[in-house]
Amino acid sequence: MDTTPLLEGYRRMLRIRRFEERLLMLAAAGHVTGHFHIYIGQEATAAAALLPGEPGDVIYTNHRNHGHLIARGGDPHRMYAEILGRRTGYCGGRGGSIHIAAADIGVPHTSGSVGGSIPQAAGAAFALTRLRPGSIVICFFGDGTFEEGAIFEAINTIAKWKLPILLVCENNGLDAPAAPGSFPTSATAAERLTDIPAAFSIPSVTIDGADLSGQLNLFQTLVEQIRAGGGPRFVETSTVRWPGSRPLWPQLIGGPFQTAWIGGEEPPGEVAQWTRESDPLVLAAGALDLAAIDELDAAVITEMADAAEQALADEWPSPESALVLTGQPDGIVA
Amino acid sequence: MASITYAEAIAQALRHALELDERVVVFGNFFGGITEHQRHFNALGSDYPDRVLVPPWSEMGNCGLGTGAASVGMRPVVDLVTGSFVFQAYPQVVNEAANIEYMGGGQTKVPVVFHMLTGIREAGAAQHSHTPQAMLWNTPGLMLSLPATPADAYGLLMHALLECEQPTAYFSHPVLFDETEEIDDWEAARVPPGTARITRDGADVTIVATSIMVSRAQRAAATLAERSIDCEIVDLRTLVPYDGDTVLASVARTGRVVVADECHRSAGVAAEIIARITERAADRLRAAPRRVCTPDVPVPFSPPLERAVIPDEDKIVQAVLEVTR
Repeated sequence: MDTTPLLEGYRRMLRIRRFEERLLMLAAAGHVTGHFHIYIGQEATAAAALLPGEPGDVIYTNHRNHGHLIARGGDPHRMYAEILGRRTGYCGGRGGSIHIAAADIGVPHTSGSVGGSIPQAAGAAFALTRLRPGSIVICFFGDGTFEEGAIFEAINTIAKWKLPILLVCENNGLDAPAAPGSFPTSATAAERLTDIPAAFSIPSVTIDGADLSGQLNLFQTLVEQIRAGGGPRFVETSTVRWPGSRPLWPQLIGGPFQTAWIGGEEPPGEVAQWTRESDPLVLAAGALDLAAIDELDAAVITEMADAAEQALADEWPSPESALVLTGQPDGIVA
Repeated sequence: MASITYAEAIAQALRHALELDERVVVFGNFFGGITEHQRHFNALGSDYPDRVLVPPWSEMGNCGLGTGAASVGMRPVVDLVTGSFVFQAYPQVVNEAANIEYMGGGQTKVPVVFHMLTGIREAGAAQHSHTPQAMLWNTPGLMLSLPATPADAYGLLMHALLECEQPTAYFSHPVLFDETEEIDDWEAARVPPGTARITRDGADVTIVATSIMVSRAQRAAATLAERSIDCEIVDLRTLVPYDGDTVLASVARTGRVVVADECHRSAGVAAEIIARITERAADRLRAAPRRVCTPDVPVPFSPPLERAVIPDEDKIVQAVLEVTR
């Protein structure tokens, strides 16, 4: 079995996990202003869906964007700097965690508004048919988006015009632990989310969002179909919500991920069940060499620690730059 | 000389922009609305079937289409048909397109045009008669164009389609569709935005006007000239950019000002312009400013009711008489 894509996927998952853990440490130390959303538990989807991505593709993400950006090749230093409001952030500190855009890797804008990005993803997909045929849009959103009207307008046009777009609905609400502070999951009368795009004749499937190899195969196939002119595809990925994911202020309960948990060492009580049954980092590791994972992991931990340290030391944007409406204000390094 | 209607000028701008820049694409093609002028736009659709597209009837979705296509390198215009329908599209116009460049630190520019057929148009009633320019002026990040003449309808749309780097809300007015102007040199009509035009020189009072209110002001000025009141008329042409220098210079000469705009009165365009004038030139004013706007009621349907709320030339005459008394 060729484990190369699996190992690359796993590397991306580790980078996302260690990025988010370091962010939670920054938040616990009081460095983060405002609320933010954590991608822990969903890493396999970003890693797999973006692995077949090409440089000309366009990515739309949402308020929970850190994992998508890391998987797409975003610079952790500029992401931390943006989350910390520094002038060196991707948006010069104007967007913050839920609005990180990174045009240099094909993320033109990130809407923090539920349903905000899907109509634009359709427009970008239309534009790609004219500007860069063969390039596609990959658009991530949460299950709650089906409570907004925007998605119904957008998927109608996407389907009618057979636009080259991969719609990835990350349903992270299934079996949410009924602990204090846990979210309600999405409220829709549809029994299956896939029934909705299917009603617009968009081929739609559901897959386990913690299953890395299954998603690698699925997304590779779907991306090839879309690139070949097959029109849009819809995927619902379902994951079990990580226990540390609180409504607005997530916490690193149970401490950082330990690779020893892969080998069977018991995780701390509050995350034990979730880790054993639902953590994609544990579930995907079986086919890989643990020593190779440890080697990767050590490098990734250092990378994220360095990136965070660098961002913390960066300057704030100048107050005057708040009034620069168009163009790039001082300090933007793009 | 070629006599061109306001509606033809809009169609001509679309045609020229499509010819000049392959990034231009048209989403929705009902610019002429339910008027006979729609034939110009139907012809455009026939001539450019791959670039003049009719998407589903989805204002929010279509404004998102334009915003997304602009974000990755195209120059779309989205026809919202009636200006009142922009409320269906607010999330994309106000919370997305207008914010993208600033919020992303300048990484992405969004040169999309949102076309709205605005104003009190005869029998539009409360849900087809809005003039949303004040609400959209309260949204940083949008350019606002309100052409009053065929040449400006052409020039401002050409600028928005071919040169502007920001999203533009472009307000046409169906009552102006039949207005004609001799246009032989289209190139000369391509004025930069942010340059107000003095359409009538006068010494006694300045009338600052937008869109349909410019021609009403001209008729009011003719009436007032018979009473030996000499009006100067400033056609703003664009609210963003705002040409405050031309306004202030005129007010400094006349010392009196009436502002005429078809928005509703409260927190309207006229209120903002009067605030800007008084902040910077209160000492030049010899009388309290007056505004001529639509009163704060939804626009009614029945002809006598509708006529009662239209800010017409008689109301401008009255306002001028008040400031010159």
